[in-house]
Amino acid sequence: MDPVKTLTDNRVWRSIVRHGIRGTNRNRVMLVMENLFLHLHPAKVRRRNLEVSSTYYLGAVGVTLFVVLTVTGVLLMLYYHPSVPQAYDDMKELQFVVGNGVFLRNMHRWGAHAMVLVVFLHMLRVFYHKAYRPPREFNWVVGVVLLLVTLLLSYTGYLLPWDQLAFWGVSVGTNMVKAMPGLGPTLRFYLLGGHIVGENALLRFYVLHCVVLPGALLLGVAVHLWRVRKDGGVAGSSGLRRTSRRTKP
Amino acid sequence: MASDDEAAGHPALTRRAFCQAVGVSACAVASIGAAAVTVEFLRPRALFEPATTFTVGPPDSIEIGAVLDFTEHRAFVMRLADGFRALSSVCTHLGCITRYQPDQHRIACPCHGSRFSLEGEVLAGPAPRPLRWLEMFLSDKGLVMVDTAVEVPLGTVFRL
Repeated sequence: MDPVKTLTDNRVWRSIVRHGIRGTNRNRVMLVMENLFLHLHPAKVRRRNLEVSSTYYLGAVGVTLFVVLTVTGVLLMLYYHPSVPQAYDDMKELQFVVGNGVFLRNMHRWGAHAMVLVVFLHMLRVFYHKAYRPPREFNWVVGVVLLLVTLLLSYTGYLLPWDQLAFWGVSVGTNMVKAMPGLGPTLRFYLLGGHIVGENALLRFYVLHCVVLPGALLLGVAVHLWRVRKDGGVAGSSGLRRTSRRTKP
Repeated sequence: MASDDEAAGHPALTRRAFCQAVGVSACAVASIGAAAVTVEFLRPRALFEPATTFTVGPPDSIEIGAVLDFTEHRAFVMRLADGFRALSSVCTHLGCITRYQPDQHRIACPCHGSRFSLEGEVLAGPAPRPLRWLEMFLSDKGLVMVDTAVEVPLGTVFRL
């Protein structure tokens, strides 16, 4: 008895995967088109665009890091209370008491550093490959917004350990906000939920870090990937052909 | 059937267009209201922050030339020959807490290296303005008090 046939030759399977699993051209296209996650990508990609030197996979690495950060972040949330001085104690508990806590915390921390780095590198790659040029101008703008959200995520996470570095980092950062003409002091007041970096500020940064900004990033990434497809795939530069490739019109 | 509007040269407002306009307007008003309510919600009404006034002590308890560092209240209190002065210890650059360095008779910020004289003037570093001078007063019991929320003009010495 063919196990593949047993698995696929029934009504339940066909209700989920409408087309067959044969490796025909049509089925491959259908597989991409009929999957919520895959359909953000083009159904067909040029072979040279899949070469490492075309994109260095920096966007994909960035998204992977975001997934790692989401998973580790949700796990860290189970032991963390955003209150003073409990936050610092929880951070120490995660490091020294919770099983594998220090591993998850460090994964979150280094993953965050790596994500900022990778997103920057991704932007540089796009810049040096002239991939910001028409028709990709709008996607460049979306990318800049995503870079900004990444930096804000990094910054809001910075306060959460509630140690000296966090406290003074956020004191300095929110005073930069205050220096903005006109709206500055009001904006700082809303951001901190008061005049000082205290309990309210910690809670607000926590909510921004865990809900608002990741949600914004997810939405932005969806738009970003969708636009890559709509703008005709990635515009990379292949080092293998020793030709200076022109970007697509 | 021509309405009065049509007779006056205005295009007829159909019932459908009217209802749509009313619906869209109602949604717009509700959205603006929701935004206003949210902004109001985000502004805390009661703040559980430390009081901005603090007690230094009886005037006689402070020697002339003394520099007292009230780190938790973010202020320095100094007694001069002719009175008192209170300086905010919040750096005017980016808000770090400065420290008094007794051996060098100056105030230093640990974050970005700003240096201030005991009058609060900037000696070095990125600070754009002198340290703020703070309001001082005597309490009912005759104790020297400082209000860190009230700024006084530079050089305002508090005399008893």
